[in-house]
Amino acid sequence: MVGVTAPDGLEPGLDTVAALHDPVRRAAYRAVAAEAGEPVGRDDVAAALGVGRTLAAFHLDKLVDAGLLEVTYARRSGRSGPGAGRPAKLYRPTDAEHAVSVPPRAYRSAAELLAEAVERAGADAVLYQVAREHGQTAGGGTAGRDPLTLLAANGYDPVRDGDIVRLRNCPFHRLAEEFPPVVCGMNLALLDGLLDGAGLAGWRAAIDPTPGHCCVAISKTKNR
Amino acid sequence: MTSYHVAQLNVARPRADLADPSMADFVAGLARLNALADGAPGFVWRLQDSDTGDATGLRPFGPDIMLNMSVWASVDDLRAYVYRSAHLDSLRRRNEWFHHEGLDHYLVLWWIPAGTLPTVEEAWARLETLGRDGPGPEAFTLRQTFPAP
Repeated sequence: MVGVTAPDGLEPGLDTVAALHDPVRRAAYRAVAAEAGEPVGRDDVAAALGVGRTLAAFHLDKLVDAGLLEVTYARRSGRSGPGAGRPAKLYRPTDAEHAVSVPPRAYRSAAELLAEAVERAGADAVLYQVAREHGQTAGGGTAGRDPLTLLAANGYDPVRDGDIVRLRNCPFHRLAEEFPPVVCGMNLALLDGLLDGAGLAGWRAAIDPTPGHCCVAISKTKNR
Repeated sequence: MTSYHVAQLNVARPRADLADPSMADFVAGLARLNALADGAPGFVWRLQDSDTGDATGLRPFGPDIMLNMSVWASVDDLRAYVYRSAHLDSLRRRNEWFHHEGLDHYLVLWWIPAGTLPTVEEAWARLETLGRDGPGPEAFTLRQTFPAP
């Protein structure tokens, strides 16, 4: 029974998040999460961490127990049928989101109410302007002139794809799923402001949805 | 066993006549967005005027209410087009071109037997059902869906 607010209290979030306390386990989680949904095997994680396979498997299975990762089985080589070999045990992050706040806070409940109110009032433009201004302030405060550093420092997970930078993490994911135009528009304005505030005139943020990524992509403007 | 498609109606009040410069970006994007819908996975049908190829000239609900109506193989297909394609960018800007004054509910979804097409009268009735009863199996929204019968 959650009620109208859903504070992120210590139960059940703390046990899950605490599973990341050990530095090796946290690194193992990050190694899997870095694959952006592509399942990864024990051996690749072990290599990435520079640890033995047994230790990697131990940590990965603890992360599965904690609900942070899930297991899938796949035949790596594309073979099938008897004699094709045992399917590889692969790991990927679960869809679940985990948050802990002390004292308990329910900012997401407030965000849902505010987003719906903005939508109902048709006040999108005001929200976008506010977001742009906040982005400009944040961008103005950074010394880095490189878009990837700037984006990573502001909670995004950028990955370069030629002249396009895509974002693997949407900081507003669940809210964006419920209120896509308003929240994605807000995110676009935030990123637009960030680039502007950091003086990165050679880059432009635009709506460009691709599977598994944030719907905003940053691309080089033509005359650079 | 009958299979079902999902129909949708959305209505809005344009802020200006379509020929007005303030509506230029909306008008310019129409052909591309309609072509995108036509080619999208799960697209079945959309309402269009025989002359223009879109529904922007139709006014069955009153002189100030524009509508759009379409049919899709599944809610996921509809959602993918609406929110995970270039259409999202137009939706982001909708308040530049449209408002919903007096239209408490402006998007409704409902199930129809596959192979049939919705009428505007039925669509308006579903919108009224949504307004009266809230989301339910007969009339629902993208935020709160109900399974096919």
